[in-house]
Amino acid sequence: MDLKTLAELNAERAARRPAFVVTEIDNGAQRLVKASDLAGDPLRNELAKQLRMGKSAMIEADGKKLFVNVYAPTAKLVIIGAVHISQALAPLARALGYDVTVVDPRTAFASPERFPDVSLVAEWPDVALPPLNVDHYTAFVAVTHDPKIDDPALLHAFERDCFYIGALGSRKTHAKRVDRLKAQGATDANIASIHAPIGLPIGAISPGEVAVAIMAQITAQLRLPKESAA
Amino acid sequence: MLDRDEDILQAAEDWKKAGRGVALATVVETWGSAPRPAGSSLAINDEGTFLGSVSGGCVEGAVVTEALDVISSGQPKLLEFGVADETAFNVGLSCGGTIRIFVEKVG
Repeated sequence: MDLKTLAELNAERAARRPAFVVTEIDNGAQRLVKASDLAGDPLRNELAKQLRMGKSAMIEADGKKLFVNVYAPTAKLVIIGAVHISQALAPLARALGYDVTVVDPRTAFASPERFPDVSLVAEWPDVALPPLNVDHYTAFVAVTHDPKIDDPALLHAFERDCFYIGALGSRKTHAKRVDRLKAQGATDANIASIHAPIGLPIGAISPGEVAVAIMAQITAQLRLPKESAA
Repeated sequence: MLDRDEDILQAAEDWKKAGRGVALATVVETWGSAPRPAGSSLAINDEGTFLGSVSGGCVEGAVVTEALDVISSGQPKLLEFGVADETAFNVGLSCGGTIRIFVEKVG
């Protein structure tokens, strides 16, 4: 690999932008494909699919054996609310490979005793969220049940193109939330992007089960083609 | 998306910029119960220092030796390790899988 290619690849990775290195195995010829150039690339369909699966693999194109190495940013999970569900959700998400941050201004909830080994920010969303660099490779869940905390957090997530946004609450609670968010400028597309009630419908009752339902839904959003994700 | 090999490629860049000879070894194909998926990589410098893993420890020693060759020749190599291959078995991919590893010089 050229030093120039390697340096460019590292810059893309540091900026949390996906990139691909396509190598012709027989002769070592190599090219870097940045996410911004993906749409115009002859291999765009294969590359997009591999990015979605997070999978590097050999492919054949024009009779050549090519190795496509996918460099996708580590997915982040931002949890608004240091509640009981979050205590189950945070370790599960970490086991699935996510970088997890829990945000809750209520210090009685956001305590290291309740959240060992998790990045914890005991601040209001307007202070806590900007430094977290919430981006497309972030799943964002709001589970406090408190509109003072959840609503501003969700408004922040709308601006950041998160691949997943979920909010805890019954259909009735969610309907009220929709009214409040719209009054604060949320668009119909913003509202439609919220998964609520949160999680796949698996009859979850305990916090652990709710955590499984949420992570299953996030996984589907991450891995399945758009039209088939729940 | 769940790439945790964060510092391997950065180390390769840093080594090269510091004037070292550097190679990258990357798993490109796997069959059976290979320990590390395609895309896993190892950065090696001309002192034999390496970072990362391509097999969870089974064949790294052999890969480093080949990588030192690649650093001096500049020619990329495709290595294959598996239980079907007696030499490979000797270096110990005892987990039963087969892996192909592409080794290239950084330059």
